[in-house]
Amino acid sequence: MTTHFSTQTKTAAVSLLHRISTFFHHHPTMGLALLLAIPLLWLGLVYLGSLAALLLQSFFKLDDYTGQVVREFTLDTYKQLFTRSNMDIVLRTAAMSTAVTLACALLAFPISFYMARYASRASKIAFYIAVTLPLWSSYLVRVYSWKLILAKEGVIGWFFQAFGLQGVLDAILAVPVIGGPSLSVSMYGTFFAFVYVWLPYMIIPTYTALERVPRSMLEASADLGARPLDTFLRVILPLAFPGVVAGSIFTFSLTLGDYIIPGVLGNSAFFIGQVVLTQQGTAGNIPLAAAITVVPMIIMTIYLFIAGRLGAFEAL
Amino acid sequence: MQTRKQSPQSFATRAPLELKILVAGVLLFLYCPFGIILLYAFTTEETAFTFPPPGLTLDWFGVALFKRPDIWGPLTLSVQVALVATFIALVLGSLIALAVSRAKFFGREAITFLVILPIALPGIITGIALRSAIGLFGIDFSFWTIIVGHATFCVVVVYNNVVARLRRTAKSQMEASADLGAHSFQTFRYIILPAIATALVAGGMLAFALSFDEVIVTTFTAGQQTTLPIWILGQLTRPRQRPVTNIVALFVIAITFIPIVIAQRLTQDTNE
Repeated sequence: MTTHFSTQTKTAAVSLLHRISTFFHHHPTMGLALLLAIPLLWLGLVYLGSLAALLLQSFFKLDDYTGQVVREFTLDTYKQLFTRSNMDIVLRTAAMSTAVTLACALLAFPISFYMARYASRASKIAFYIAVTLPLWSSYLVRVYSWKLILAKEGVIGWFFQAFGLQGVLDAILAVPVIGGPSLSVSMYGTFFAFVYVWLPYMIIPTYTALERVPRSMLEASADLGARPLDTFLRVILPLAFPGVVAGSIFTFSLTLGDYIIPGVLGNSAFFIGQVVLTQQGTAGNIPLAAAITVVPMIIMTIYLFIAGRLGAFEAL
Repeated sequence: MQTRKQSPQSFATRAPLELKILVAGVLLFLYCPFGIILLYAFTTEETAFTFPPPGLTLDWFGVALFKRPDIWGPLTLSVQVALVATFIALVLGSLIALAVSRAKFFGREAITFLVILPIALPGIITGIALRSAIGLFGIDFSFWTIIVGHATFCVVVVYNNVVARLRRTAKSQMEASADLGAHSFQTFRYIILPAIATALVAGGMLAFALSFDEVIVTTFTAGQQTTLPIWILGQLTRPRQRPVTNIVALFVIAITFIPIVIAQRLTQDTNE
């Protein structure tokens, strides 16, 4: 009796599923809507909603006396933003992001080129893993290890001393603005750590772009009489460029928003991320923190727009 | 013609020595910090780190295991957060991937863009955005506020893996399945799911690793709670039993390395 019953329900269930799936076959839009409903609700409502909340808050202000956020439309917070010292911070951060991006591109190209052109299939996989692994391992501790490497009694200092090059190190550190008492408390330290942590983000898309350059094209270039250098400059480089731009999105954006690295390594000159953190944390001034964040948002929007024009999204 | 084929002008089959040196240099640069972390897990110094270390000891492992109960709370929290965030990312990421790979529809590009946005924008923007939403609606910080942040930026890794796999799965198989009378749920169960299974595992592992190590967004959504990266951050600024932090770091590295290597193996043919 029970078996009979259960078979019956089973057939009923199957035919129901059939009917549902037929319905969605005839109404594909409904099917899509059903698939996308929850993800879009999440990303649209929670994520975009939060970004909207951020923008909204940037038009509120902090009451100086009560320390409470006044929920009325005002541009006062933006007035606070456009002060000399805040603009210096924005420029400093943007300059650092540019320098880090250029250095990453320069360092990433040779290894990507080697991976794409010379490595065997097996070693390609090994290289790929070797390059991506650091990305996933404790970011904080890797940053901190640079402090140990660059500190006065650290590894680099020891090498300079051991080879009798203390004078060279002192000269490097004597450079105004970027120099400092030791590598770890100067802009060099911030720069090295940034280049180090974001480098894999540049290698992967550059490698992918180089990997996609068809061999036949290189052969054609050679057949048409181009010297290897010509082929490199006029065929390989232009084809790899979108990949480099794709990588630069990450190196630039990540540097723009980081607040850990300038805190651990550097001459205590502030970066955008640190301002946001202190404003929302110790100062409790979320409107100002929000207004400051609008700056990297605008910078990144322009950046993404240009990167899209240069074909970076196809290379991601 | 023959000689040309063997060694065409622009086709040196062996890398020039200069290039090899550069490659070795970059690899050294990428891995040198790991050596430093390992080395200083054994140093006899408790507060300052000088090079070379004055002496080496195994004592810190004992200290980390038995005398530092403050490690276990953050560790448990991080594992829980990573598991739940990964689960949510798996569901959301594969739903989007299924929808996007299924048909070309209006707004498809916009959806792809929306998925990438949380990692394309600096983490601090995601962080402060969530923080201001939490503030605006007067929500209390909890386990779930951390989850919301983590799941949001983990979706993209799952999505990327699944969408790449679906692109390679033959449409003809799904059509054949439908022609043979299967309804969409059967096609999903017997055709699509087996095809994307390893991509799901790989995406899930990457999401886990991403969440387990995240600190930028977490600082804004955690309130007073301490995840393992936040614990590490606190330790780095406090000069107390520093080698213990290195041991925890080595543990974190080990815990993330294994899933990454597995994920890499599972998606090998998709990535090529």
